[in-house]
Amino acid sequence: MPSYVIPDKCDGCKALDKTACQYICPNDLMVLNKDTMKAYNQAPEMCWECYSCVKICPTQAIEVRGYADFCPMGASVTPMRSTDSIMWTVKFRNGMLKRFKFPIRTTPEGQAVPDGGYETKSDDLKSPYLFTEPASAGMDDLPPVK
Amino acid sequence: MANFETVEVKTDVLILGGGMSACGAAVEAAHWAKKNNLKVTLVDKAAMDRSGAVAMGLSAINQYVGVKDGQNSVEDYVDYVRNDLMGITREDLVANIARHVDSTVHLYEKWGLPIWKDADGNYVHEGRWQLMINGESYKIIVAEAAKNALGMDNIYERVFIVEPLMKDGRCVGAVGFSVRENKFYVFKAKAVIAAMGGAVHVFKPRSSGEGLGRSWYPPFNSGASAYFTLKAGAEMTCQEVRFIPVRFKDAYGPVGAWFLLFKSRATNGLGENYMETRRDELEKWKPYGAVKPVPANLRNWLMMLDVMEGKGPIYMRTEEAIGKLSEQVPDEKERKKKLKELESEAWEDFLDMTISQAILWAATNTAPEEKPSEIAACEPYFIGSHSGASGAWVSGPEDFAPKDYFWGYANMTTVQGLFACGDASGASSHKFSSGSHAEGRIAAKAACAFAVDNGDAEVDAAKIEELKTRILLPIDLFEQHKGGSSDPEINPEYMKPKMFMFRLQKIMDEYAGGVSTQFTTSKELLDKGLELLAFLNEDSEKLAASSLHELMRCWENIHRMWQAEAHVRTILFREETRWPGYYFRADLPSMKDDWKVFANCKWDPASGNWEMMKRDILPVY
Repeated sequence: MPSYVIPDKCDGCKALDKTACQYICPNDLMVLNKDTMKAYNQAPEMCWECYSCVKICPTQAIEVRGYADFCPMGASVTPMRSTDSIMWTVKFRNGMLKRFKFPIRTTPEGQAVPDGGYETKSDDLKSPYLFTEPASAGMDDLPPVK
Repeated sequence: MANFETVEVKTDVLILGGGMSACGAAVEAAHWAKKNNLKVTLVDKAAMDRSGAVAMGLSAINQYVGVKDGQNSVEDYVDYVRNDLMGITREDLVANIARHVDSTVHLYEKWGLPIWKDADGNYVHEGRWQLMINGESYKIIVAEAAKNALGMDNIYERVFIVEPLMKDGRCVGAVGFSVRENKFYVFKAKAVIAAMGGAVHVFKPRSSGEGLGRSWYPPFNSGASAYFTLKAGAEMTCQEVRFIPVRFKDAYGPVGAWFLLFKSRATNGLGENYMETRRDELEKWKPYGAVKPVPANLRNWLMMLDVMEGKGPIYMRTEEAIGKLSEQVPDEKERKKKLKELESEAWEDFLDMTISQAILWAATNTAPEEKPSEIAACEPYFIGSHSGASGAWVSGPEDFAPKDYFWGYANMTTVQGLFACGDASGASSHKFSSGSHAEGRIAAKAACAFAVDNGDAEVDAAKIEELKTRILLPIDLFEQHKGGSSDPEINPEYMKPKMFMFRLQKIMDEYAGGVSTQFTTSKELLDKGLELLAFLNEDSEKLAASSLHELMRCWENIHRMWQAEAHVRTILFREETRWPGYYFRADLPSMKDDWKVFANCKWDPASGNWEMMKRDILPVY
């Protein structure tokens, strides 16, 4: 079962208007059991182990157990994602632990400005210049084809 | 018929998909729409933050030409792509993407994507065209710019697009359904951009238990673009040019950083390097066998020859590569620091984009500096953006495309008003994530121009009702017959989508050169495969769905089936073997000069017949 939900930690996203895991899963796998108010992965064999649900879960209730048909048991990889970096804890089958921290973005969340501050040279819909070009190419004109 | 409310959305430019090329299309279209008073609408079957092939993240940007720094020219990139694809490439399309891709990468940096820099502030290259990034949030950042440009009011998430809306041969919209509520969506537009990705799970994957979902490309890329463009009647190209990547075995972790950045070798079980011991084989595939880097499919081929002779396992010699790199640092303290750095880079490579591989390393107590790891050829995928080439046949750019390659608007398919980009457009390989975004921008600007030049086209209400009935049929079939069996999965009147997918995968695997036949096929096998696909096609009308989720699965698998048929027909049509490491025609085992052409196909909506055709390769250079 690639991504799985720890019942004691899952609160069915009571505080939100929809469950975070259901919102984010790119393969529409996470669903909420309305009776137990716990989420679950409805088709683990279609799970890509992309960790989108793990990373977004507000109560850290979702983990991944490696695909049982080729992965020996006992290891885990656990992320802790903040607004600018991600911390990974890798636990080996033999108990060894490794931790890694990587940056994830250089701008404040939500603040990506579409034109990046670059001006667009021409308003002509038929010209080869795309939005922000040629400034965004870092040149006075488009990179020459020949 | 199932009780679904019909929701109609009228727009000017309709973007279908939410991945890299769709996000490129969104930022671009938003700009031109404002200047030209157009409305732009985007429809994604998932949530844009984590949809498409880059959902998990990426550890590198694989296309950066670096023209501003004089590193390479646009022509250099075209040479690289043409050679990698054994001569079959649209130079005009590749060059057009290459001249815009650096702009896209520079925008990424402004949006907040961390791109590695050296001490002098220059990008760190993984290889000649590849940049190293901290890419865990790559998709979130790119989607954020797209969302900020379009506004959430113009974005429909969790709506699955099934069919094109057509009027007198022009594409004027799309229909689909919500996977969250009983709503049938009708999007009417002046211009439509297909950007719904490639196709995975057409072939049987190597892992067929829980690991079924651990495909290299994401399992949610289910052939929607190929189906949409085919059903609109668009001419398709390179439908035979599947892609088979070599990756770390089973979890499919990336190998690029190991080969390019860490300069690792791959050797067989006997310690032999097949790139050396089998060098003579490359002679057979000249002139492409003689180019550097050796084309991806030929590298695959040399490895496959070792595997077929029982010389596996094939290993990525990580321990040797790390050893060599750390040896270069004489000071012991510095060497330890370097080792730590390399270890962190190696793990990030997986954690950024294929977390399963990190789990597998941890589960097998693998320390890359101590022992090598197995690599293997994955199953075949349909992806126009990597080293495969399948997709729609689209117009080149007005300013330099050969005359016969330009028909009015860049990246428009042969169907008026229907544009394609990313994995949806063919013969323009090696655009990867960044080039797909750039191509989305190219397509979107042209689509805006089309929307300005062309008026509305109404579709008959009866036609829409007919589509709605057909699309919701699986729900009706289930309701009608579910009482006929105590097990909803097994019923003589219908078939569930999962078994339908397995049947498709088995046909493709055994007849069209999948993993179990070591990617080998022949005319006789392909003919038999087509016969079985015809039965499957008939049975697609017996697909049943007990939920919205299953309804989506039904249509995903019909989409896959169409991609499969286009593939089989085109392999059959091309009477040679040109990409031996992708598929091997046992009956036609060599490359032929008279097949240095595009093999295109088209499904005719009026007659329902397939047409196969050759198209000349017209150079720009």
